[in-house]
This record gives sequence, C-alpha cells and structure tokens, in this order.
Amino acid sequence: MSRWGKALLALACIALAAPAFAQGKDAPNKTLGIGQAASAAVIAGWDIDVRPDGQGAPPGTGSVKAGEEIYMTRCAACHGEFGESAGRWPQLAQGKGTLGSHDPVKTVGSYFAHLSSVFDYTRRAMPFGDAQSLTNDELYAVVAYVLNLNDIVDQNFVLSKETWSQVKMPNAGGFYDDDREKTEKAFWNRKPCMANCAPPAKIIGHARAVDVTPDDKGAAAQ
Amino acid sequence: MRKPTDEGPTSRRRFLAGAAGLAAASASGRAAADNPKNQPPNIADWTRSLGDGVGVRAYGNPSKYEKSVIRRTVPWLTATPESSVSFTPLHELDGIITPNGLCFERHHSGIAEIDPADYRLMLHGMVDKPLIFTLDDLKRFPRVNKVYFLECAANSGMEWRGAQLNGCQYTHGMVHCVQYTGVPLKLLLAEAGVKSGASWIMAEGGDAAAMNRSLPISKALDDCLVAYRMNGEMLRPENGYPARLVVPGWEGNIWIKWLRRLKVGDAPWFTREETSKYTDLLENGKARQFTFVMDAKSIITSPSPQAPQRHKGFTVVSGLAWSGRGKVARIDVSLDGGRNWKTARIDGPVYDKACVRFYYEFDWRGEPLLLQSRAIDDTGYVQPSKADLRKIRGVNSIYHNNGIQTWHLKPDGEVENVEVG
Repeated sequence: MSRWGKALLALACIALAAPAFAQGKDAPNKTLGIGQAASAAVIAGWDIDVRPDGQGAPPGTGSVKAGEEIYMTRCAACHGEFGESAGRWPQLAQGKGTLGSHDPVKTVGSYFAHLSSVFDYTRRAMPFGDAQSLTNDELYAVVAYVLNLNDIVDQNFVLSKETWSQVKMPNAGGFYDDDREKTEKAFWNRKPCMANCAPPAKIIGHARAVDVTPDDKGAAAQ
Repeated sequence: MRKPTDEGPTSRRRFLAGAAGLAAASASGRAAADNPKNQPPNIADWTRSLGDGVGVRAYGNPSKYEKSVIRRTVPWLTATPESSVSFTPLHELDGIITPNGLCFERHHSGIAEIDPADYRLMLHGMVDKPLIFTLDDLKRFPRVNKVYFLECAANSGMEWRGAQLNGCQYTHGMVHCVQYTGVPLKLLLAEAGVKSGASWIMAEGGDAAAMNRSLPISKALDDCLVAYRMNGEMLRPENGYPARLVVPGWEGNIWIKWLRRLKVGDAPWFTREETSKYTDLLENGKARQFTFVMDAKSIITSPSPQAPQRHKGFTVVSGLAWSGRGKVARIDVSLDGGRNWKTARIDGPVYDKACVRFYYEFDWRGEPLLLQSRAIDDTGYVQPSKADLRKIRGVNSIYHNNGIQTWHLKPDGEVENVEVG
C-alpha cells in the first residue's frame, strides 16, 4: 500500500485513486508512472515484424539469383537444395494439391497464405542457430529464391517493398476463422447420455502394435 | 535438472515390477524390491543415524527414490532438441499443481538464458506513450495470483489417426497447471495508453526464434497477464524467465515466453506460428485459423500405461481435467469404453481455466476394463469421443485433439492405449 501511495504521489489524482485501492479494486484507472519512454531509435532495433500488407518491411532488395547463392550456403543443409527438406527439417517447396489428401505436405507454396509469414519468420528466426544475421538485401534475396522454388515468381524476379504486392500466394484463400461454436455445436449438451449409450465397445487399435513409444532410457530428458 | 541414472527404479522397471508383482504382492503382502532389515520389528537405518543437516540441500530436490519422475521426450518427433518438446509426467502427479521442474517444455530455438538486469519489455505501436519496462518495473505494478492450465495446441496430436503412444505422459503430457504471479496486461496497456482503432496485439519473445503471435486486444484487456513467478518462485528458464505472457484458456503457443515486446496494431500479423503452424487443416483441404481456445479435455492419469494397476480390490482412478472456456463442472468415468458412465468426484479447488483433479473409486476384481473419462465445462461443452471429433475434423488437423482417451486395463494389471469403435 505504501509503495502504491508513493507512486501515486507523483500524480495529481490521489484523492480519486486512493479510495479505490483501499477497497482492493484491481485496476487503477490512472497511470502509475512506471516505465521509461521508448525512443524511436531504441524501438527500431527490435521493431522487426512485418504484416501481410507490407507494413514493417525494411528497405532493401534481393533477386532470385542472389538468393540462390545465399540459400545454398545458409539454408540448403536443412531444407534441401530444392526445398525438399533434409531429414525431418521443414520442407519449403512442392506439396501443391496435397492439402485435402491423407498425406498433406505444408510448404510455402502449398500452404502459406501470406508472403509476410515467410519474410517475417525468416527475418526473426533464420538461419536456425544464427538468427537475425542476414542483411536486409540477403533477406529479400533468400525469400525471393524460396518463392521461386515454389514457382510463385520467375527466376528474374527481384523482391523489395515495391514488388511486395506482386507476389500472389497460391493458398491465400485456404483459411477461415475459428467456427467451432457453430460447426461443433453438437458438443454442447446439457444432458449427456449416462447408460447404454452405445453398443459394447470393441478394441480396434493398439498403441503397442504401432510400437513407437520410446523406451524409458532413450526417452529420458537430458 | 536431475539426470536419469541407472540407480533407482525407472518407470519401465517399476512398470515391469508392478506387472509381475501383482500376484506376488497379494501373496506375500509386501512390495517386490524392499529390504526387510528396515521394516518392523527391525529398526530402520534412517532411525539409527543422523541425516543431512539444514543448508546441505540449499535448494531441495525430490527424494532419490523418485528419479523416474522426470520430463521425457519422443526423439523421433522432431529434427533437433532445440526445437522440440518434453512431456509432463502426468502419471506420477496428483492434485492440480504441476511442480515447476516437471512442467512440459516446448522451445522453438532452445532455452533463452536471460540476465534479469538486461531484461527489457518494449510496449509500442498504436499507443500514446511507447514504454520500456525493466523487470523491477514489472514487479512494481499491482499484481495478481492466478492458477491456470497451459496446454500446447498439439497435445494428443500424435493420436489423430489412432492409438500411437503408450502412456499419458506422451499422449497428454503437453499440459501443466501452476499458479502465476504477474501484472494484468491491461495495466501495462493503460500505462502506455491504447489509441482508438487498436484491435490486435503482437507479442514477441526474446529467444533465438523471437517467437511472435497476434492476439485480439479484447483478450489482452480481459484476463491476460505478464507473469514473472510460477508457484511462488521466479519463472524457470524453460518457462520463459524472467517474464512471459499468460493467456488463460488459450493454446500454449500464444503464451509467449521470454517476452520482450508487445506491439499494438489494428490487424493480426498472420505470423508463421499462426498460419503455417497452429492452424487446423480439415479434410476438405481448408484450414481453421485463430483457433485460440482449448476445449474441455480430461485424462485418467492412474491407472495408465506407465502407472499399471498393482492390486485387486478397492481402486482409486485418478485423473485431470481442464477447459479453456471456463470451469470444469463435472467429469464422468466409464469402465466399459463409453457405453455407461458414472460421475466422478472432484477433489481440491476448481478454478476458472485451471486443471481440476477427479477420482473415481470402485472395486476391481481383475476383469478387463476399458477406462475413459469425459469432462464437461460450465458452458455445457462435453468432451467428445474421438470418432465424433474425426467426423468433423478428419485426421489431418494435428492441433486441438481433445477426444476421449481409452485405456485398456488387462487382468494382469497392465494398461494399454487403445482405440475403441
């Protein structure tokens, strides 16, 4: 209480706010004067997010050709030379037409709805283990190359803020907002069945038959 | 963190001893691996000699006989441990609170080790006054204590196509429930002053993935916290030390750990984590996005494949239930694979968007059983069967599998993850 009181002394609203605290209300309506003002220069160092409309995209430019070289040295070891993935690392290309199948392959070309999702992610998290090490030009170039691997842009394409809106993602229309409260309305049921709800249950699958559970020694967290 | 060693019983050994010991235990009346010298009428070793004094265990660990109570991984799931998951040993726990060292981990680029002196939280975008907070600043705000569950959207994701992993640690262990201490996010937003027209917030981590997600500002102003403590002590590095976002009832991925930045905007960002990941692909090839809420779910933690039944007679079935839509109102248990149901007994506190503990007590005579539990929350939502869920979702959605789990309890006391139809 005394700490809050001190903080409030800095404000001109003691009379209004103090009784609210005394009553234990949770949210004081007035500011507490905690925190430092963030200057534009300080914000700029961390302000790396990019939205679908290109808001936040940095200055810079990169061609598919320049991107190929960067990709081969910085990305291909995990993602494969053609974006096909090495081992269990994420696949970046191919997979078109598989989303409705029993083996959907989610890639930049088959699944991503927005250029910004690729760009923003690469900018903040890639290369894996050496995050935020690419220059803006390298970033534009390597994203352009991944787009080209997916036949979204041709080999002469140059990605920049100016050409951003020319990129059309194939699965842009593939998503819709959560509709569970409508499409799964049947799961709300005030009187669920308690007796003789179904025919006698039969076992139709066994985890042991699949045999993918780690044995205890191999599975233990290090 | 403790490392597993060859000393002490591992879960597997316990499992084997338990299964083999079922008959022996009932015959001899004692457990398989004990030492009569320490049992009456003899005087036990620990009664004759002094133990460690105070301060020897300056930060205490569990008994050396509890070495099997650890997080476990499924190595084949992911390419690398830095971007992977470890699972809470639900079968070894009771009550509703998960001990800090056992809370499941999900990292995208490893654990960030942040010096609290260098910790900064930036709050900017559509605000009147962009601000930077130190950790001490966050601790100066009015604080609240709230118990919430946190479930990864991919919990049970390996089970969409049928029974796969044999143990509730693996099938359901991407959930934990702790008490958070932190600042209501609305207080931080009030401090900066949200501009009119703002509708979404992007939260970003300071780890090497700089993980980012968008959430509607209505949720931020409702019940979100910036938390710095779990179960009274500072957050563990694995869980976002020194501060993380708490988004009650919503999928774990959005509870950004190592929180470094909050940006206020007027549209979602459609980050990689909310487009290419954490979207739910349906059978028609279209995907649901922004499926934030974790629906009601429950799991019988004992008996279960890693915690086999060791005796006949009076038996306590123990389980955990939670709902992202509110409070758990009721849990029903079935012994016959969902044909007939009995209402279980909830014991312990029932908090909003938190785990509850339930028990069902009965006499087991050694007959094979198909154990199930179903949670019902205070909105009237009833945890669906896997079959009912698949009818709507298909089997490709990876995320949000809250279907009813079946354990096959066999006459020898072993338990297996099975699929019933």
